[in-house]
Order: sequence, then structure tokens, then C-alpha cells
Amino acid sequence: MRAPVSWLRELVEIPADQSGRDIAEHLVRAGLEVETVEAIGEGVIGALVVGHVVVVEELTEFKKPIRWCQVDVGSDHGGVRGIICGARNFAPGDRVVVALPGTVLPGGFTIAARETYGHTSDGMICSERELGLGENHDGIMVLPEDAGVIGADAAPIVGVGDEVLDIAVTPDRGYALSIRGIARELAFAYGVPFTDPGSVIVELPAPASGAAPAECGSDDLSACGLFTMRTVTGFDPSASSPHWMQRRLVACGMRPVSLAVDVTNYVMLELGQPLHAFDLDKLSGRVRAGWAPKGAHLETIDHVVRELGPDDLVIMDDSGIIGLAGVMGGLTSEIDNGTVNIALEAAHFSSGVIARASRRHRLSSEASRRFERGVDRELAPYASARAAELLLEFGGGTYIGMTAVEGEYQPTSIAIRAQEPAEVAGMPIDDAAVIRLLEAVGCGVAERDGSLMVEVPSWRPDLTDPADLVEEVVRLVGYDQLPSTLPTSALGHGLTQAQRIRRRVGIALAARGAIEVLTYPFVGDRELDALRVNDDDPCRARVRLANPLSDEQPLLRASLLPGLIAAGRRNIGRGNSDFAIFELGSVFRGVAGESVTRPSVERRPTDAEWVALSAMLPDQPCMVGSLLTGDRTPAGWWGPARPYDWSDAVEHAQVIAGVLGVSISVARGSDPSFHPGRCAALMIGDVQVGVAGELHPRVIEAMELPERACAMELNLDVCGDRAAVIRPAPAVSTHPVAKEDLALVVADSVPVSEVSASLAEGAGELLESVRLFDVYRGAQVAEGHRSLAFSLRFRAADRTLDAGEIQAARQAAIDSAARNCGAVLR
Amino acid sequence: MSGPNTTFDPKQVSVLSAEAVAAMVREASDAIAVAQDLASLKEVRIAHAGDRSPLALANREIGALPPAAKAEVGKRVGEARAAVKTALDDRQDALELERDERVLAEESIDVTLPVVRETVGGRHPLTTLMERVCDVFVAMGYDIAEGPEAEAEWVNFDALNVPRDHPVRTMQDTFYVTSQESGVVLRTQTSPIQIRAMLERPLPIYVVAPGRVFRTDELDATHTPVFHQVEGLAVDENITMGDLKGTLDHFAEAMFGQGIVTRLRPSYFPFTEPSAELDVQCFVCRGASVGNADRPCRTCGSEGWIEWGGCGMVNPRVLRAVGIDPERYRGFAFGMGIERTLMFRNGVTDMRDMVEGDVRFTRAFGLES
Repeated sequence: MRAPVSWLRELVEIPADQSGRDIAEHLVRAGLEVETVEAIGEGVIGALVVGHVVVVEELTEFKKPIRWCQVDVGSDHGGVRGIICGARNFAPGDRVVVALPGTVLPGGFTIAARETYGHTSDGMICSERELGLGENHDGIMVLPEDAGVIGADAAPIVGVGDEVLDIAVTPDRGYALSIRGIARELAFAYGVPFTDPGSVIVELPAPASGAAPAECGSDDLSACGLFTMRTVTGFDPSASSPHWMQRRLVACGMRPVSLAVDVTNYVMLELGQPLHAFDLDKLSGRVRAGWAPKGAHLETIDHVVRELGPDDLVIMDDSGIIGLAGVMGGLTSEIDNGTVNIALEAAHFSSGVIARASRRHRLSSEASRRFERGVDRELAPYASARAAELLLEFGGGTYIGMTAVEGEYQPTSIAIRAQEPAEVAGMPIDDAAVIRLLEAVGCGVAERDGSLMVEVPSWRPDLTDPADLVEEVVRLVGYDQLPSTLPTSALGHGLTQAQRIRRRVGIALAARGAIEVLTYPFVGDRELDALRVNDDDPCRARVRLANPLSDEQPLLRASLLPGLIAAGRRNIGRGNSDFAIFELGSVFRGVAGESVTRPSVERRPTDAEWVALSAMLPDQPCMVGSLLTGDRTPAGWWGPARPYDWSDAVEHAQVIAGVLGVSISVARGSDPSFHPGRCAALMIGDVQVGVAGELHPRVIEAMELPERACAMELNLDVCGDRAAVIRPAPAVSTHPVAKEDLALVVADSVPVSEVSASLAEGAGELLESVRLFDVYRGAQVAEGHRSLAFSLRFRAADRTLDAGEIQAARQAAIDSAARNCGAVLR
Repeated sequence: MSGPNTTFDPKQVSVLSAEAVAAMVREASDAIAVAQDLASLKEVRIAHAGDRSPLALANREIGALPPAAKAEVGKRVGEARAAVKTALDDRQDALELERDERVLAEESIDVTLPVVRETVGGRHPLTTLMERVCDVFVAMGYDIAEGPEAEAEWVNFDALNVPRDHPVRTMQDTFYVTSQESGVVLRTQTSPIQIRAMLERPLPIYVVAPGRVFRTDELDATHTPVFHQVEGLAVDENITMGDLKGTLDHFAEAMFGQGIVTRLRPSYFPFTEPSAELDVQCFVCRGASVGNADRPCRTCGSEGWIEWGGCGMVNPRVLRAVGIDPERYRGFAFGMGIERTLMFRNGVTDMRDMVEGDVRFTRAFGLES
């Protein structure tokens, strides 16, 4: 809502020394967000005066017609001056705006007396654009006769020096979409009286006898509780709206159109009541609000044909639908430049009905914006009287009268304890102050024993609950008056295990050289196909958005890999191809369930309702994933580069295992996105919790990744459930260690992890650790076999081991490996 | 080794004369002095202090002396041997020191060589900033609450007092899952976590809730369809708006430095009543740039305050929807955008930097933002 300061000052006596910024600060404190304060005609310095055109001489010897004018600018400014002017839209006797020599116009253009077209032009007759008032440059500005005396300061007349506040009105403050509403807030903010222009019906001429006003009605008084229609006939269609009205419309961001349209817009801006002017001669029969029949259509004045249904409240006459109620009028009954008889609709529509219509038709108009936020229920006849007054004043014509239908209206009453605002705010506000402040809002307040019965004014439909009244009181006291205190009874538990795990996993991977990314969860079939994800794979995204940003990516990720790959490619495209990136985040698995009935909001949902609501949601486990490409260690003085490989991906998983305090074992895995021979299944016990390894060459090719790119993905929720909550302390023996190295020949098909496990199992409890330190293939080892060299460390908790014990344990380990893995000691 | 000398032979013991012993010491000293390295010193040591050295041989003769002469001569030889040993040890120390200095100098390397062989990792600054926010509240006794990103529309809107036809709930803002009637949305705010906290936790409730939220905005320098918020909620008996103000002041100070305060401006959110916009005092200029054209502040645009988030007292309608008695309990809630906070706090100028995952951006933050 744009509000010119000069207009606000007309309704409320703001102290003269207050600038637009000062006023804006007062409004902000009251809860109206002033986004900008603009000065009209900013850049005009010096005198603009009202001039009277005395003589106009047409100069015809030039390429374009030029006028040599004698303009009286008043004796204080040198009386009659000769001014050259190129515009033609004025005549002797007109009042114009003259910039005298020395005046600076916007853009730093200084007016000076200068020779032009054979005369000395001693000033300039100004157009709107030259004064920075608007875009109009069709001609100069011609002022109305009564605009001001000759030689008077023209700046206030044309609005130069005025300021406009642009206010972002929150959805609850419908009343602030009017000068009336903003002025009311200012009156309180400045502690000055306010005369409500919406409280008195302006006096209109007695309805003409003999003629009947247009009839109106409402089929549904709950959707349209008040419908009024005023009729004016014999209106002069050529009359235009007065200069000041046009100025204000422009300042408020609206375009002047015609007197009738301008008047409806002007009154809407002034009072907040949307109005609609029909061409009476295009109407047939009674005009009424009602529900549209199924399959109906309406071409609105924006030339869009709209399909209507039984949920649409429309305006109808005997010819059919002529408007979408409270949103936009129809084309057939629109006033035009020949309209002489006008029917002026002013009605009250339910905010919900209009909000639905606006949303359904994706049509937001000045009217719908006001109705969906709530319009003063009582305002319609006041506003239409004001509009009729202006139509009669500037367009002539005869007032025929008003018809109206009205449903029952009961002002809202709210009971509240007088001390409730003070209790909520946490500061003292005495009862008298509460009453005074509520009355300042416009409420009627009755007090009894500390309880207040508050009757809410018709222009504040947003005030429905005691909490709303609390807000009114506290904001009028001022949020800057609130004390700064602290609650005292918070007793926290610290982070949960899952929260600590997520933090530490992030720290551990980053400390390992990986970079965290936060990618969008949107994916498409194209990427999933490139990743070779099968249709029945849980990683195949199935949760679909109804309104995706891109049709290419309508699905929510079921795996972190697509996002990691997209981020990885972006880095590679920017010349950074050596990295490990990782992400911790939710994926979406399964599908979103069936819609269930929404629980009431008047009470806590039942357990069954809550279970049903939860069941609709897809599974959203927290995953951790990484993508590794290029060199882990670059070539340097220390030696050659060491590229990331499958083992680094598995190492990421083992780093996480260390954080969790779980043992993640590795088995040969298979995953369609991974290299079939270089894929590790990450296991906790018998449960696979993730996958790591080298990506499949086809994936690498389709995704245009560097060769041998690797990845890892782990379900952190499943891992977390198995994480140690309390880790038992180890017994650290101080007895000497016995080290035994041995080499075993095993078939290539036997995984190292199994050999290690067998050795450990056989060695028994004296074994402290087993570590593979060499893998050998070659002449002394049979084809299809490899030699694995292990270092075993034995230690007892309570004694020094003797040679016999060590030898026995070593042999038991070898026997176990031989038995389980076919290992042969070299 | 010879036995006790019973036959005194003056000729044999001439080597024990004072002159002879002094000459041995002199010879040893001269040899020690000319030994230029540890190897030649070792030879000198063998020659002058070894088992076959003149002093050692002389020492053996002492036993042949008559008992009366033994003490004097023994003392003389002992002192001579000690003097030689001391000279040898001193020379040994000197040569070792010299050797050490030379070798360590030879072993010197350029320690300014690049040492970081593996690329340096980093955590996303949005993550660490959210953790920092949470830590402030955990220290105040709050728990960290969470909720799903694909959320029931009832939790995201209805229970938060956003009626179906409310202008806030428009198609333009919300991602709907499956269909617009499915009842499942991508949460548009972290506020649904408030609802979950109030449904699932015992009273009183003090929680802070970080999370990822979604709106149907195209990515540009100032918008992103996926962003992060942190939400706070306190529900207790006798909670006041002053408590909200004090909590936010404490929070602002913890985040931006001592003495930084907040400002509340009346506003509107369906789930709070009264509602307020939350501004934080500019932590760079602390207001000194306001009306001071010579000292403009880029962080606050010379406004002195930075718009940070929204807050208010939990609307009693919201309490009713989760079955908390609004006659007995009150609550406050607040929330702010993490991207926005990182932008003004750390001087990020383009939203896309936080979204694209460029390793250069995140690496710069290391493990902390």
C-alpha cells in the first residue's frame, strides 16, 4: 500500500516538522512495515509558480509548431513573462506550472532565460515528466482554475515535495490497505485526534423521484452479507477526474483511467472498500451475488475467459454471470467512454470465499487483496456514498438512490482479563491503560471486576481472540518497552546420540580431507538411469513433487549420490578435479501415503489420527555419502601423486565406524552403480548398512566423471542404532608382547577379511592384534594364489607368555586359517 | 701381572721418576692437542691411556716399589693418568660438539617446504553455523528437536493456525508431494518441528530446531528453493514476552559479541500472537553509521539494525491444537534463516555460493564458520 504523506496529513494532524522518514518510524513501531519512503519530484530545487496564460502566439516558421506565450506569474515574480513552449494542450486563460529562471529540475537541469526560436524564453512551462511526477509528456500540465492564485507556489499543488510511504501490509491488517487505516495508526502514534472518514455517510442529494435505482440481492448471506447498489444517471462520460485525484492515484501506483473508474479506485484507497461501477444500460434485471453454476464461464475485464464452478461466488444479473465477486468484473457490463448511467456496487464478501477464488483463478486484484484480508463489514454504504458524491461533483448527473440487502451482523465480542496483556508481556500495564489502548484501536470496552468485555470495531475482523487484543495493547505500549528477562526452568539433556554422531561424522570426514556439500534433493529419471539404479531398488526415487521447479527433476532423492555427482561435476567444470566431497542428509524412500482426514485444530489429535498422519510420510533416513575423484595426494617433493581409489571410499566408512564405535566389516558387494569387481558391501553383523568402492565405468561415462571415480554411501540411522552407547574400557596389559609373523598362501577367491577373521578365531584370547603387512604374487606362489603376510601380536593380561604358549596359539591360528580358508603356511 | 716386588731394582723403576711421568703426560697432551677428529683421538686414547700406554705400563711397576715409596709414586702416577683422561675427555667433548654441529648443519632441510600432502577438508559453513546456534541454546538448557522434511500439511500449516484459505498458504510457496490434495508437503519452515515437539515431549518444553526447508523459489543471488532455518520454542508456565526478548538478547550477544542487543517490531505470523520482526543491532558499526555519510556500513546498509528473523508468543490456538492448556501454559517461539545469517555475518554476497558445493568456498571455512 502506497500512502502519500499529504493525504495522511489530511486525515490526521501530524506535527508539521515530521518528515516522511519520521512518520515511517512511527508506523514501524506500530507494526506497519514501511519498505520505502519516496519523495515526489525529488530533485526540483527553486521556485515553481502558478502561471496564467495571457496570450498565445503560434510561431509557424519552424519545423514543428512552437508557441510564444505571455504568462502572468504574479507581480512578486516579475509579472508577465515571455515563454517559448512546444506543447499545444493549453489556451489563453489556462493555469499552468512555470519554472522560473534559476530553478533546477530533476536531472540537474537549470532553467535560465535564453534565446530560442527568435525570442527570449524567460522560464519554462512544465510537463509531468519534466517535474519527475510521472511519465506523461503528451503536453504541459494544465491546472484547474481553482488550483491556486497567480504567482502562488505550485509545488504543493502538483505534489512536488510530497512523500509516499510504501507499506508492506501483513495478511492480518486488511484495514491498513487504506489511507483511513494508516491514518488511524498515525493518530495514535502521535497522540492526536483522528476523524474517521468512514464513520459518517456523506450527504447526497435526495434521490430523484420517478426513477428506480438498480436492484440488488444476495443468494447467500454468509458469503455476501451486505450488498449495496447506488445509481447515478445522466453522468457526463467526457468528464475527467480532477487533477488532485489523478495525482493521488498515480502516487499510489494506480493509473488514472476515467472519472468513474478513478472514483472507485480513489475511494477504495481512501477507505479500503473495493467498489465496482457497472454500466447500468448493460445490466438486465436484478444484480445479485450467488454461486456459479457448474461449467459456467466469464470473460473478466482483463480479457481472460475463466472457467467457473459451484465454489465461485459471482455477480449475476438476468443475462447471466457479470463478475467474479470481490475479485474482478466481467467484460460485458464494464463501463466505457460512453457510459452515462452508472450502478455502483459496494458489497461485503467473506474473506475465505475470496481467498479461495483468488487462489483458484490465480488472480490477485486490488479488490481481492483487500477482501481476503478482511474489509470493514459496515463500510459499503459509506464508501459508495462517498463515491457517488465524487461522481456527482465531477461528472454531473442525477442521484437515483440506493438499494441494499444485508444479513445479520453481530460485532465480535471478546472477553479478556484486564491484566492478561501485562502477564503476557511480563511488564506492568494497569487496567486503565489497557482500556484506553483498546479504545484507541476502536474497540468498545466494558469493565467488570478486572474482566473486560471488548467489542471489536467492524474494520478489525482480524481481532477474534484474547491474544489478538493482547497484541494490540502490547504493541501500542511499544515493544521497545518490554523488559529483557530470562526463563529459569530449562533443563536440557544435551545432544542426542544421533545428533552427536552426525556432528562427529562430519568433523571426522572433514578432518580426513573431505569437503561437505549441501545439495538439492531434486532428482530425475535421467540421472537415476545414468546411475543404473533398478526400478525395484530402494535407491530408485519414488516420492514425486506435484509442482517441481523443473520437470526434469520431479522426484525427491532416495540416495545422496546424484546430488554428490552433480556437485562434483560442477567442481570439475570449474577446474578442480582432485577432491573428496561428502554430504549428510535425509533421503526419501518408499512413497507418500494416502491422504487422510485432517485432524481438528481445536484439540490434540488422537493417537490414531497422529499415527495416520505419520504413516502418510515417506521414510526419511539420514544418510552419509561421499564422492572421491582425482588425487588424494598430489605429486610433490615427497614423491608421485596418489590418486583416490576404492580403498579411500571404504576408509571413509571405517572412519565413520570409528566415530560410531561399531565394527563395520567389509564383504564383496554388488550394486549396479558400482564396479562389479570393486564394490564393498559395508556390514554391521549380517546387516548391510552401505556400499563403497569404485563407480561402474558406465556410470562414470554417463555422468562424465573422471575415470576411477569412487563413492561411498551409508545409512547413518541404521548404523546409529547399532552404535555403542557406553563403550567398555579395555584391559591394558603391562606384560610383554610376543610378535609372530607368518605368510599364508591362499586362493585369490578367498577375501583377506576371511583369512584375518579365521586367524583371529583360531588364535584365541591371547591374540592382541592381527595385521596384514604384505600381499605377494609371483614365482614362488602357485597360479591363482597369493601369499598373505600377517603380523600377529600375542599378550596375556596376567603373565609373560612362555614359548610353548605362543607356539600353540600361533599354530591354532594357522590351523584355523587352513581349515576355513584353505591357507597353507609358506 | 707381576706379583709383589720383593727384589728392589732401582734401574727398573726409573720410569716412575717425576720427570719421566711428567714427560709421559706432556707427550700425551701434545698428541691430544694435534688430534683433529674423533678417529685420531681414538688412536691417541689407545696410545696414551690404553692398556699398553706408557702410563699404564708405568703403573704396573708401582707394585715393585718398596712399600715406603708406593704411596708417593702411586699418587703421582694416578694424578698423571687422571690428567691424561681429563684431557682426552675434554678433547672428546670438543670434537663431538664440533662433529654434531657439522652433521646437523649438513642434515638441515628447508622446513618451509609445503607439508600438506592431502587436500584440506571442510564442513559446510551452514552446518557449523547451525551447530553454533544450537550450542548457545543447549548451554541455556534447550534440547535440539528435529522433524521430517517431507511433512504432513496438517503439521506444517493447520496446526500452526494457517487456515486452508489463508494468503500465507498459497500454491506459489509450497512444494506439494504427489498432488496438491495429498496432505504431504516439503516443510516450508522449521515451525512444524514446534508442533512435533509439543506433541511428543513432556512440559515444560525448551527446544531449538535447526533444519532444511523448501519454497518454490528459483535459485538466484538472493533466493534458493532449499534453505535452512533455526527455530526456538519455549513452553512453560509464566513465560513472558520479556523472556523472549531476554533470550534473544542473550542469543545475539553469544553470536555477535558483548553488548549486541535485539529489537522487536510488531508484525504478523499466524502461529504467534503477539508477533514481532526480530532485528539485531549491527555488530560491525553498532549503529555508528546511521546518518553518518562518512562512515557507511555495508553490513547493515547504514541502518544500524539488521533484519534477522521473526518471533512472538505462541498463539493459544496452536497450543490448543496440540492439547496444551493455554490457560496454564504460555510459550514463545522465534526463527531465523541460516543462509541470511551467514550472508550478513560472514559477508557472503551470493546465495549460489552456499548452494553449489564449490570446494573452494567450503574449504575456506575449515571446521568452523
